[in-house]
Amino acid sequence: MEKNTKLEVRNINKIFGKNPQRVISLLNKGLSKNEIFEKTKQTIGLNNVNFKVNEGEIFVIMGLSGSGKSTLLRCLNRLIEPTSGEILIDGKDITRMSVEELRNTRRTRLGMVFQNFALLPHRSVLDNVAYGLEIQGIPKKERNSKALEAIETVGLKGYENSMIIQLSGGMKQRVGLARALANDPDILLMDEAFSALDPLIRSDMQDELLALEDRMQKTIIFVSHDLDEALKLGDRIALMKDGEVVQIGTPEEILTDPADSYVSRFVAGVDRSKIFTAESVMKRPEPLVSINSGPRVALQLMKEYGISSIFVVEGKSRLLKGVLMISDVVEALKSKRSLESIVREVPSIPPEMPLYEIIPLIADSDYPLPVVDEKRKLKGIIIRGTVLGALAMSEDTTEEASAGDDEPVMEDKNEEISCKKCQQGNLIPEKNLSSEVEKPGKTSEAMEVKI
Amino acid sequence: MILPKIPVGDFVETSVFWVELHLGWFLDLISDFLDLIISGFSDILMFFPPFVIALIFAFLAYSTGSKNLKLAVGTFAGFLLIENLEIWELSMETLSLVISSAFLALIIGIPLGILTAKSDFLLHILKPLLDLMQTMPSFVYLIPALIFFGLGNVPGMIATLVFAMPPAIRLTNLGIRQVPLELKEVADAFGSTPLQKLVKVELPVALPTIMAGVNQCIMLSLSMVVISAMIGARGLGYQVLFGIQRVDIGMGFEAGLGIVIIAVVLDRITQNLSPDK
Repeated sequence: MEKNTKLEVRNINKIFGKNPQRVISLLNKGLSKNEIFEKTKQTIGLNNVNFKVNEGEIFVIMGLSGSGKSTLLRCLNRLIEPTSGEILIDGKDITRMSVEELRNTRRTRLGMVFQNFALLPHRSVLDNVAYGLEIQGIPKKERNSKALEAIETVGLKGYENSMIIQLSGGMKQRVGLARALANDPDILLMDEAFSALDPLIRSDMQDELLALEDRMQKTIIFVSHDLDEALKLGDRIALMKDGEVVQIGTPEEILTDPADSYVSRFVAGVDRSKIFTAESVMKRPEPLVSINSGPRVALQLMKEYGISSIFVVEGKSRLLKGVLMISDVVEALKSKRSLESIVREVPSIPPEMPLYEIIPLIADSDYPLPVVDEKRKLKGIIIRGTVLGALAMSEDTTEEASAGDDEPVMEDKNEEISCKKCQQGNLIPEKNLSSEVEKPGKTSEAMEVKI
Repeated sequence: MILPKIPVGDFVETSVFWVELHLGWFLDLISDFLDLIISGFSDILMFFPPFVIALIFAFLAYSTGSKNLKLAVGTFAGFLLIENLEIWELSMETLSLVISSAFLALIIGIPLGILTAKSDFLLHILKPLLDLMQTMPSFVYLIPALIFFGLGNVPGMIATLVFAMPPAIRLTNLGIRQVPLELKEVADAFGSTPLQKLVKVELPVALPTIMAGVNQCIMLSLSMVVISAMIGARGLGYQVLFGIQRVDIGMGFEAGLGIVIIAVVLDRITQNLSPDK
């Protein structure tokens, strides 16, 4: 299922200064940003940026302030003129368009949402939303009905005659979003659209944007400095630093395979439990026993693997039937009962469940959690060890980034996390830690054996 | 210091006379035109009985001042007091001079302000000129105005125009330049033409500042119209001047009171015109 490229950026440069061509030629000679600034007193806003955005995806451009992300976004609709390079929208280069063509493209193809809402204070909600249609000369009746539709889409029905000053921040940005949607553009450019909102409202707006995207399938280019936001919204993320794109990839790629130390430092603070899903931490479901086997087979397998419970499946497609406990199997063997009669119901989870929701479930469970798809086909199992391991990995990268490959430190961290419960807080002095870690290490092994 | 004195005064004098000599026909044309405007306004104001004019201004004060009844009553009473003091005709002459000078100053000043906001080059040229216009003692304008246009209302109006225009230009320029960048970007990002951007975004957003300029322009006009009585502009200023010359305290004070009433009414009305932020 190859996706269409909606927008392609090729070798975009932006130089802020009086003689940009000179800077370009110095860049081509391979001089660094700082050397060029020393020589010419001109700054490089964007340095040879390339990326493609697929139709219907949310592409997040992320970076710290001053990394050039907003400049890049503004180059896409030429609010800022790129110094060189091409920007293709459906194959047409926007940088070569005439004033008239550019205006038409902006009117019909590109919507924009601004960080500080940028609503016209002298207009009502309705007139703000209708602005884009108004300047196209669309008759009042038609533009108002389209604007009302957009207002309804963002959940502001009933507020169309309010003045901007009467609205809260979240509502203002809904108006901003409705204004961009009213023109029905293919591409939405969102410049830190939720950064000025309270955290709770920001989170709501993110959820709503995702829901909206599900319905409308717009191509969205979203600028953000907030990594959590980028990971939540982005189908793919471009990470920028000093006017260059450092890495482009899916949220998981960026987290698990950072391109360089900058990226890994950037992602170090991320709460992985929100990013990883059941699917990304589950193990191969082994061993399994077929529902048609006898208790003896089941017992044999459990002995072999040293576990006290085993999942029961049916047929080649491995439909989950339940779980067997070793005591029941022994009982069944004595009384010659079939597996069918002793199999227990077991709670299961879908593959896309995030890790933070899994943690409380696994903590209360006596056996691993089975991951099943919508047809109840067993995809994998989750044991406590893998969950903890996935969480610990984030701590590893933190250490890696700041302290390099310091093995012992990493191990300590690892243990510390897996035995938080046993430690009862961190009252234990650091010296005793090494003796303490022995225990939890054993506990976790024991846990696996018990399973 | 043996450096000879730079003949600034001589230069200005020669150029003024040169203009007078060679462009006299053109100056006469301007003079006739301006006279037409002034007499037009004063004819209108004189046409109605004082009672009606007082009512009209009371209504203006009421409707612009967000239905402020006190202001309306005050305006009405003030105008009746002017009539009672028997300075009605003088006051209407002053008022028509103020209205026509301010009107012209705004018609020239606001578009100039818009252009200045759009062009840094123009701003660099106009800024020192505006500084000069505003800081030069207002009496100095009276001299060339007198030479070019003789005695009367027209030179008074020219001097007033020069004196009252700078704030209109400055504040229009400032208002438009202060429109938040994001709002200008909105206009562009949604595909506005430059004119749409100006009319639908920049001017409405800059309106409070522009209206502050309008208010200042009108108030400066009033003050200058009074001073220009010195070169024969008629109205209350002339009466004040007359009072000074004859040391007639009562007459001077009555005329002064008329000026104050007009000033307060004009100020409140124009202040209320600017929408609240």
